[in-house]
Amino acid sequence: MSLILLAEQTLNGLQFGMMLFLMAAGLTLIFGVMGLINLAHGSLYMVGAFIAAATAAFTGSFLLALIASLAAAALAGVLIEMTIIRRLYERDHLDQVLATFALILIFSEGTRWVFGSFPLYLDIPDALSGTVTLPFGVEYSLYRLVLIGVGLVIALGLFLLIGKTRLGIRIRAGENDREMIGALGVDISRLYTLVFALGAALAGLAGALIGAIQSVQVGMGEPVLILAFVVIVIGGIGSIKGALVGALLVGLTDTLGRFLLPKAFALVLDPSQATAIGSALASMAIYILMAGVLILRPRGLFGGAAS
Amino acid sequence: MTIRQLFLSACMAAMATGATAEGVKVGMITTLSGGGAGLGIDVRDGFMLAVEQSGRDDIEVVIEDDQRKPDVAVQLADKMIQSEKVDVLTGIIWSNLAMAVIPGAVAQGKFYLSPNAGPSVLAGKGCNPNYFNVAWQNDNLHEAAGAYANSARLTNSFILAPNYPAGQDALTGYKRFYEGELAGELYTKLGQTDYASEIAQIRAAGADSVFFFLPGGMGISFMKQYAESGLDLPVVGPAFSFDQGILQAVGDAALGVRNTSQWSKDLDNPANTAFVESFQAKYDRLPSLYASQGFDTANLLISAVEAADVGDQDAFRAALKAADFASTRGDFEFGPNNHPIQDFYVREVIQEGDVFTNKVESLVLESHGDAYAAECKM
Amino acid sequence: MTRETALNIVLMAVLLAVPLAAWSLDEPFVITLATRAAILAIAGVGLNVALGLGGLVSFGHAVFFGLGGYAMGILAHHAQTYTPLMTAPFTIDGTTSMPVIWLVAIGVSVLAALAIGALSLRTTGVYFIMITLAFAQMVYYFAISWPAYGGEDGLSVYVRNGFPGLNTMDPIQYFSLCYGVLALVLLGVSRLARSPFGLMLQAARQDPERVEAIGQTPYRLYLTAFVISGAITGLSGALFADLNRFVSPTMLSWHMSGEIMIFVILGGVGRVFGPVAGAALFILLEHLLGGLSAYWHVYLGAMLLGVVLFARGGLYGLLAGREVAHD
Repeated sequence: MSLILLAEQTLNGLQFGMMLFLMAAGLTLIFGVMGLINLAHGSLYMVGAFIAAATAAFTGSFLLALIASLAAAALAGVLIEMTIIRRLYERDHLDQVLATFALILIFSEGTRWVFGSFPLYLDIPDALSGTVTLPFGVEYSLYRLVLIGVGLVIALGLFLLIGKTRLGIRIRAGENDREMIGALGVDISRLYTLVFALGAALAGLAGALIGAIQSVQVGMGEPVLILAFVVIVIGGIGSIKGALVGALLVGLTDTLGRFLLPKAFALVLDPSQATAIGSALASMAIYILMAGVLILRPRGLFGGAAS
Repeated sequence: MTIRQLFLSACMAAMATGATAEGVKVGMITTLSGGGAGLGIDVRDGFMLAVEQSGRDDIEVVIEDDQRKPDVAVQLADKMIQSEKVDVLTGIIWSNLAMAVIPGAVAQGKFYLSPNAGPSVLAGKGCNPNYFNVAWQNDNLHEAAGAYANSARLTNSFILAPNYPAGQDALTGYKRFYEGELAGELYTKLGQTDYASEIAQIRAAGADSVFFFLPGGMGISFMKQYAESGLDLPVVGPAFSFDQGILQAVGDAALGVRNTSQWSKDLDNPANTAFVESFQAKYDRLPSLYASQGFDTANLLISAVEAADVGDQDAFRAALKAADFASTRGDFEFGPNNHPIQDFYVREVIQEGDVFTNKVESLVLESHGDAYAAECKM
Repeated sequence: MTRETALNIVLMAVLLAVPLAAWSLDEPFVITLATRAAILAIAGVGLNVALGLGGLVSFGHAVFFGLGGYAMGILAHHAQTYTPLMTAPFTIDGTTSMPVIWLVAIGVSVLAALAIGALSLRTTGVYFIMITLAFAQMVYYFAISWPAYGGEDGLSVYVRNGFPGLNTMDPIQYFSLCYGVLALVLLGVSRLARSPFGLMLQAARQDPERVEAIGQTPYRLYLTAFVISGAITGLSGALFADLNRFVSPTMLSWHMSGEIMIFVILGGVGRVFGPVAGAALFILLEHLLGGLSAYWHVYLGAMLLGVVLFARGGLYGLLAGREVAHD
């Protein structure tokens, strides 16, 4: 095992983590501000990917596809927030879980009804295809590098938004004391719609970006949804910083686990057994990480406020 | 003869005529909703096309959606057997669902015709005279890929598959025929969508080719990421990841890839030409491997219905075993374990206008059966 | 008699009457559906002990459901293939006797619930939801990649296991058995809810500090509830595997955890008989809507959404009023 390979795998882990962050950031904001568990977040990711694929097929432009996916996911977010989600803020978590689970069913089969049962095609633009050579001779995919960059830019943007803008102050106020900001004359239902739309747009963007290197198909949101929940729980619910750290931890654990565990077992076992056991353990690795974090820090790494 | 005897014989005569007039009732359990629905829809459409073309009105088909859940499939099988009183079951796509349904169904004296899944247990120790596989034994396409690798003089393959029984069978099947060295062997997580880590390892391993079995969305993701990684080692795989239903979603990334199959839309035999044409005319899309298997399954059934009455189990079984139908793959016969003995081809992914499709390159395994037939005692 | 008690009686009577009617009309599949509803109801009743009485939202109860299923699958597999389960340090053979299988299923679930509960109960709220999910996912991926018992293909058992004096392959007899188990479990849980332990548990859900003030440890109450809950769900898993004569990792998936939770919420959280109503309604919807259209999940989703939005407190909240509603 060379150091170059290890460096490449670390980049892969970072890239995976960055995309998880886009999902997790919206999820953790929505939970932090509105106290809502949104299982349908993965459906917004799917909507983003499908709209991007359809737009790219129609116009041939990847940039337009990205814009369309952002807009469509935000629109879908606003739509379900105003018709359904809004009624759930005052309910307990159980009602939220059931209602948003019902939304998954509706979104998944609705998408299949509109787009058919076969996966769609979405490819990366020519300008971003191919590889670049990084220092020390690491050859790495340009598109994945761009994904890392996009993730960093959005993370920075979110920190500025939360920390420096009026909207951010309201969001933080909303996390601390919901009744209070209503009393201060902030239009709370508009704030909620806005936060939900922001989270949805991020999910949609992640769907479109990832859709270009994965399969755009019905049900693609569910595995990502579970991972995003793992991320925000590790990081501490409501914390953007936690979501970032959690996402990178999960990304690196998963990627490096898949890479290193079979090799580690190969030192003591015969190869095919080592591959089997190592892979089995690798697929459990992030859940072991999450259980471990929660046992040591029951409110996640950066979680302070009561959930 | 007493009145009672007369009455009885009248009843029996009525029942006997009733049986022939009733024809055969088929229960199709397949995946029609959720992410894997494309395969089930193809099998169903192929099957129904053949039934329609036969012009017979004595074949009744009951279709139900298993949602790709084994417990739902078992429940539907119970319903078909107990309430619908079907004679023949068919339709299941996935091996794990097949393992849940088939042993119970054949134990209750029903016929099962598999249009897709062929788990090794059911080909070997768990074989049953009432179970016929019209597709392939699960290992077959991977064995063909191994054989192809030899003929293409590939000597240092990197092989990978998801970590579950069908994935383990796939790598075993490949290694059974492949004679070269292994540059590496990897099991991935089932349902995994990102293969950057695996691709990096392939790059580092110094392999001369890649064999992979990643069905459904996993294969699409892998191929797109592989193409984007800049690696250009030849890729070999079973047809599942390069079939008509998903090729459009893979796009350019699949061009030139060699994949193994027992069927291709350009196989030159009259049955296939007619099938491809009529399928396109009826459904306005190109048929897939799964559609061809559904079509063949129905035609096998129709050939048996023509030859024997389903009420006479022994005669019907013999009629099925004879496989006296024109298969879209050309020659087709059943081995001792009721699994196909057929030819396997390697196909190349090409572009015809806007459409990505496959073209037969060469025959790799002729009249090939499976490795488990010897374990089957029936 | 309160409206809730009346509803309980009607519910149980209907669940008994439908399969009996189906039996006389020779519609065995309806009996199978009713059996499924009864078994899933047991799983829900089990979850409800943790969720309704203790306020512990476990999103990983599929672990116990699946372990119960595998207890049945593994024991029956070894018995049917005449291979011992283990030989060293002493020999254990498989079995096809349901009572033995049930005991093993309960025992395994108790052990698992002890371990998972002891660790998970350090957290609360959403963190508890997610850590229980994490444990379930670990077991799920383990089951998929462990080849000895079929991995993702699962394990088929060709004949249903035996129960003294019954022909379990006969749908109506197996239904009666499951219905009997359901009735016993319901009786036990009703008594548990009114017992000193049950009252203390509900008090701890509402106000842990006060319970602590009178010298009780909420942690211990929660853990006991979690273990009882897991044991009941494990038992239902063994019954479910026997109904299908098949067990696979699907029983361990997070969808399964979600479904069990849906039975509880649909019926009404904290109502002892609620999961029975929830499971029965879910099965009914699945069966009726499944034939309606290829996109029937849309209708199922819409119905579920309707229940959450307009029938607060689930079916029981709608039909029996909110006099003892869950807070």
